Amino acid sequence: MGVSRREFLKLAGLTAALGLGTGTAFELLAPGQVEAGEYLRSENALRGKRWAMAFDVKKCLANGEDCRICIDACINEHNIPQYDNPLHEIKWIWKDLYKYAFEDTENPYVSDDYKDKPFILLCNHCDEPPCVRVCPTQATFRRPDGIVMQDMHRCIGCRFCMAACPYGSRNFNWLDPRPHIVHYNPKYPTRRRGVVEKCIFCNERIDVGKKPVCVDACPVGAIIFGDLHDPNSELRQVLRKRFSIRRKLELGTKPSMFYLI
Amino acid sequence: MYDADKIIPGLIVFLIIVLFPYYYTMGRMVPAPKPIKPTKYKKCVEPLSYMRAAHMDILDAWRDEVVRHEKRVYVSSTGKEWDMSLQNECLRCHDNKAKFCDRCHNYLGVKPYCWDCHFEPNKIKELPHKMMTKETM
Repeated sequence: MGVSRREFLKLAGLTAALGLGTGTAFELLAPGQVEAGEYLRSENALRGKRWAMAFDVKKCLANGEDCRICIDACINEHNIPQYDNPLHEIKWIWKDLYKYAFEDTENPYVSDDYKDKPFILLCNHCDEPPCVRVCPTQATFRRPDGIVMQDMHRCIGCRFCMAACPYGSRNFNWLDPRPHIVHYNPKYPTRRRGVVEKCIFCNERIDVGKKPVCVDACPVGAIIFGDLHDPNSELRQVLRKRFSIRRKLELGTKPSMFYLI
Repeated sequence: MYDADKIIPGLIVFLIIVLFPYYYTMGRMVPAPKPIKPTKYKKCVEPLSYMRAAHMDILDAWRDEVVRHEKRVYVSSTGKEWDMSLQNECLRCHDNKAKFCDRCHNYLGVKPYCWDCHFEPNKIKELPHKMMTKETM
């Protein structure tokens, strides 16, 4: 005669209770807790529920089609390497022609004001980001304020996100970027070989109360930054007044970069 | 035992090879590393004994809080507030990586990959330094 079912269950329950009571189980259930410290958001942090941007294309083009002040500001701020070989290119914010940026519109009779003109492009910080869905390590994720953020520490360089992103916003570091950085910003890290990177909406600036660097850099104020969720924000006001377009809406990614035309 | 004439000498040779490093270093002391602590600042984020044992845990927690939870301020057990940043806060006082971080890390043979991306701000002059403008393109 062995142990009865009742006795076995009693013993199992008691063992489990004892196991949970020990320090080891506590460590298992709540790992990585550092003693005593507390983590806070910065008091100055900009608070928003859905960060987005609008580009006043008219103002932008009026300032000269070869203006690249916002792009250079980003390169200088974020230690973005510059390569001669276009296959190695790393870009967070860049320019491309209307016909490529909005190729899905399939309208050959677009106004000459825009047809062969450069548009400023960057990560669209989608509401439904395909890059986040495919990332196997959750290195890229969506913050509660709508920023599609990338945790470089967690990126394994599988490049699924690059295949998933319909906007070409992501680039892979094929080489060690350090020797190819033209201007080092001591406040911001570089990246390493083997990770994917993209625009992270200057969350390091937003979290301490500054607007993204491209917004501050634009000499004609053509980039409007704000909270889509706030009906009185500058961004919402300008979107109410002007007609705007977005890239590749039919894919359902719900991009948050608006182009005012 | 079959083939004892081969097995026993074989075992002896094996033991000599395995134990040689212990014999070779016996009685010798490798001096413990002496990292150079910052002179201007007296207090670190948390008490010294805790930092010595668990600085990697604190950095790991900071990293997740900053990157994933939008929190950038650490309130230490003494109530002081710190900017959670390896590059901008830790290295502000510990301004010599080679004489502070590397000394212990090399001694213990650990190679943290922090430095693949983060760098010493005070070494900035040794790095290429040319503002990106239209002319430099």
